[in-house]
Formats: sequence, C-alpha cells, structure tokens
Amino acid sequence: MTTSHASPRVSPAATSAISGGEIPLPAPAWSRITRRVFGHRGLAIGLVLVALAVLIAVFAPLLAPHDPYHQDIANRMVPPVWHDKGSWTHVLGTDKLGRDTLSRLLFGTRISLTIGLVAALISGVIGTTLGVLAGYFGGRVDAVISYIITTRLAMPVVLVALALASLTGGSLTTVIVLLGLLLWDRFAVVSRSVTQQMRDAEYVYAARTLGCSLPHILLREVLPNIAGSLIVVMTLEMAHAILLEATLSFLGMGVQPPLPSWGLMVAEGKAYMFFQPWVIAIPGIALFVLVLAINLLGDGLRDLNAPGGRN
Amino acid sequence: MGTFIIRRVLVAISVALTISVVSFMLLHLSGDLATSIAGPEATAEQVERIRVDYGLDRPIVSQYLDWLGGALTFDFGRSYYYQSTVVDLIVDRMPITLTLGGLALALAVSISIPLGVLAALKRDTWIDRLALLFAVVGQAMPSFWFGLTLIVIFAVTLQWLPAAGSDGWQHFVLPAIALGYYATPAMMRLTRTGMLEVLESDYIRTARAKGLRGGSVIFKHALRNAVIPVVALAAVELGFMLGGSVVIESVFSLNGLGQLAWDAISRNDYPVVQAVVLIIALFYIVLTLLADVANAALDPRIRTR
Repeated sequence: MTTSHASPRVSPAATSAISGGEIPLPAPAWSRITRRVFGHRGLAIGLVLVALAVLIAVFAPLLAPHDPYHQDIANRMVPPVWHDKGSWTHVLGTDKLGRDTLSRLLFGTRISLTIGLVAALISGVIGTTLGVLAGYFGGRVDAVISYIITTRLAMPVVLVALALASLTGGSLTTVIVLLGLLLWDRFAVVSRSVTQQMRDAEYVYAARTLGCSLPHILLREVLPNIAGSLIVVMTLEMAHAILLEATLSFLGMGVQPPLPSWGLMVAEGKAYMFFQPWVIAIPGIALFVLVLAINLLGDGLRDLNAPGGRN
Repeated sequence: MGTFIIRRVLVAISVALTISVVSFMLLHLSGDLATSIAGPEATAEQVERIRVDYGLDRPIVSQYLDWLGGALTFDFGRSYYYQSTVVDLIVDRMPITLTLGGLALALAVSISIPLGVLAALKRDTWIDRLALLFAVVGQAMPSFWFGLTLIVIFAVTLQWLPAAGSDGWQHFVLPAIALGYYATPAMMRLTRTGMLEVLESDYIRTARAKGLRGGSVIFKHALRNAVIPVVALAAVELGFMLGGSVVIESVFSLNGLGQLAWDAISRNDYPVVQAVVLIIALFYIVLTLLADVANAALDPRIRTR
C-alpha cells in the first residue's frame, strides 16, 4: 500500500472555483455563516419550502383551479388579482393563450423538481464513482480521473448543453439525461477529496486486513462515511440543474411547449414584459424561491454535517 | 518553478485537445447532422446529397483530423449559413463578449472584495449579515430573469439605460451587472473567509503588537495575503462568464460570441458551434493556467505539490 499522497492534478484554480463557490469541505465557514444569517431558521425555512414544493408537485391536479393546458382565447393576458382588472377566477392571471398562470405554476413545480432530482441522481452516480475510485486508489487512477475532471471543468456547460439539446430535439427526458451527464464534476471533486482523507482510516484498514472484497470496502465502509458530504452536494446540484433547465428552456432548447416549465413561461412572457411585467415576474419568483429554498436546505444540512456543527 | 510551468502547460494543451475531440464527437454522434441541416421537409435524396457535399459521409476520425488540422492554424472552415469563414465571424464578435466579460469581472471584483473585507472586519454585525444575504440571493437568482428584471426597471420604467444593442458604453451597463452578480457571491465569500483566517494569524498579531495602526495592518498585511486565492478564482470566474454570456447576450440582444453560438445552434451551423465551444474552452484553459502559475509564484508551497 502506498502512503505517498498522489499529487492533486486537478488544477488548483479550477477546484478553488468549485470550493470557493459552494464546497464546504476544508472550511466550515459557510455553515457558520448561514447559522449566523438565519440561525437554524435557514434550515427550517428551506425544509418547509422544499416540503411545500414537493406537496404542490404531488397534489398539483387537486390544487390547480384550472387545466394548465386549457386555452381560452377570450381571456388572454388577464392580470393577477391585485391588479385593478384582476379577478379571483384567475388569481395570478392568464398567459397569451388564456391559460391559467397559477395552474401552470403549480404543475411547473413537477417539472423543476423532477429535473433537479433525477439529474442530480444521475450525476451523483457518475461523479461519486469517479471520485471514490480516484480518492481510494490514488496514483495512476487518480491521475486519469483528475484529468477527466479538469477536462470536464473546461467545457462550457451552457453552450454544450444548448448544442446537444438542440441536436437531440429538446424534451423533458433528454434535458434530464443531458444535465445528469454534464453536472457530475462537483460530486467527483468532493467525493475524491473526502475519500482521500479516509482511505487510511483505521476501519478501512481493518476491513482490508480482514480480507473484505473491494466492492465491500468501497460500498460498505467508504460510501456511508462520505454520504453526508454527498447529500450536501446533491442539494446544490439539484438547485444547479433546476436553474440550468430553466435557462435552456428560456433559450428555447430545453423543455418544449406546451409543458409548463418555469423557464419557458418566462420566455413566453418576454414579449409582454414591458406593459405586463407580472408575466415574467411570477414564474421568475417561483424559480428564485425554489432554488433559494434548496440552497438553504443544503447549507443547513452542511451545518449539521460539519464536525462540531451541532451547537 | 520552471518544471511546474512546463508541466501545467503540457496538461493545458492536452486538455484542449481532449475537449476538441469530445466536442467534435458529441456533435457528430448525438444526432444526424445531415438530417438536421437538410431540415424537416427534405427528401432522403437531398439528405444524402448534403451528406456528401459537406463531407459528412466520410469516417468520423478522418473528418476530425481534417478539422483539427485546420483548427491548429485557426482555419475553422466556412459557416453553413453566413457567406464568410468561421474565423472572420468569431473575430468580428469577440470584442463584444470580451468587453462584457471584462466589465462584469471588474464589477464583480470591485464589489465582492470590499464587501468581503468589510464583512470580515465587521463580523457578526448587520453589515456582515447584509453581505451574506446579498450572496445567498445572488446564488438563487436565475441570470436570464435577473437580466429581464433589470430591463423592466432601468430601461422601461426609469428609462435610464438602453435595453438592447451594443453601440455605446451605456449598452454594456445592465448586461455587465447581470453577468457580474453571478460571479460575486463566490468571490465575496472567499475574500471574507480568507480575511477572517489571516486576521487570526500570528503575523497579524505581531504587526499589531509592533504598534502598527489598524488600517495599515489590514491593507498592507492582511488583505495582500487574503486576496491571493481570490485572484485565482477571479480568473476562473471570467472563464465561466465568457461561457455563460450566451444567456446574457441573448437577453440584451448583444451581438457577441454567445449570440453567434446561439444563432448557429438554432440554424444547425455546426462549424461555428464547434469553433465557439473550442474558443471559449481555450479561454478558460488559459485563464486557469495563468491563475495556477500566478498562485505558484505567490505561494511557493503550491509548486511542490
């Protein structure tokens, strides 16, 4: 067994972009930060809002006052209820085809959450596999995987995703798969460095001495011990995927009409934003609140996960 | 230091080559280019003719090698849509994207570093909390929506600045704000964490013990050290912003590289798409390379890793 630590061949600047961004690992600063900004209220607020979003997604058909796809040309661009000309029939107004905005917003929760969850799961499997192998074996394996990570980081994600979505003909499924295949870098970077820290831990050494098989060591000894960090990355990547889907759909290469993707709703309202600004404000705020909630949840979980972070 | 630089340059070159392979293969294998170019109404015969005319019937490896051979001398072929070479298009649009990226970075740096320092110095006060709220909000804000909101507020309602176009400096203010805010949270937090760490270090205590005044300690000793990782991050963020400018350019109708790429994608103009992806990746690679070398020059510990 080599004890010499493999050199981190992932470009330091590139990794600092990730860790400087959101990765908490070496410094629990962000957990301290959040705790002070929101106390544990941050976690509570995030948890409540995310739970609410999940409930809305599940019960959308019961909650929505109208059919989100039903067009009513006679009632186009009805303003929301707080506006002079608004009415309680369409609480958040209607869009250019007379579809009820509130109903589309509620059903849109399903799209955002599905994309966030499934894309983060796909990228989690890819990134964690790469990261754990690199961290555990070190040496050549680490060199190759770190090179793959460096290459992935240098690819302009938005452009590549746009081009591929356009070629494969954007649909909900292709967008999910694409984002899952593109967004694994943070999982890989984090699981690599956490695994590096524990590959010489006593329980891993003990498992090796006992003659446990490699899959057993990786899945039963290493994985449970890095799960905490992975859950934190998972929430951040969910938020990332949701924002990227909205961006792709806004640019017309993501989820296609008539699906009520929030990014698509902003795109459809763009032509009307000068005189009816609420058509872009409403789906934009929904997107902002959901992403904020998931980030708050992730920061809160990191708080609990950080060593000595419980007090 | 010499070997460190040589090693990093070699890695950078091979990463660039790998990206050129990957992006070429991804574009060529994820769909049938000839069918996309021909459009939905083309007959099978027309598709076949396009396949032969554009050289898409040859083995993919020889197509790639041909393309790479050209790319090494900055010859990316001709655009399928415009009557001009890809290089001319890129050279034409590049200044706008670079201006936007540079302004956005300048804005992000000039906000995030003072704010990060202030938050660290006034730790646990309302200033600190406000700075962190600013960061949390920035992270959750979809950049295209933030851009549109800026247009509605400053171009439509207040009529202070133009909403679209790229004729004068006024046209770059709103896009630079929209793009710059995206890079601010990470840099601000890194400055703040760095400052807090440095302020607790022994050499700052020594400087204070020597009787140096607060301001001199903070700016001469602390900030200089805390800012090293931020400089590296700034280079990387600039790379990200150049890639992300496709969104902002589309929102503000800026005719830069991002808009060129987006137009090319919707028109199946693949030579342009490929070239822009590679150029943006090259910018990122060169910027991270410079950041790593600068870091190593400032912090000798990095070189030995």
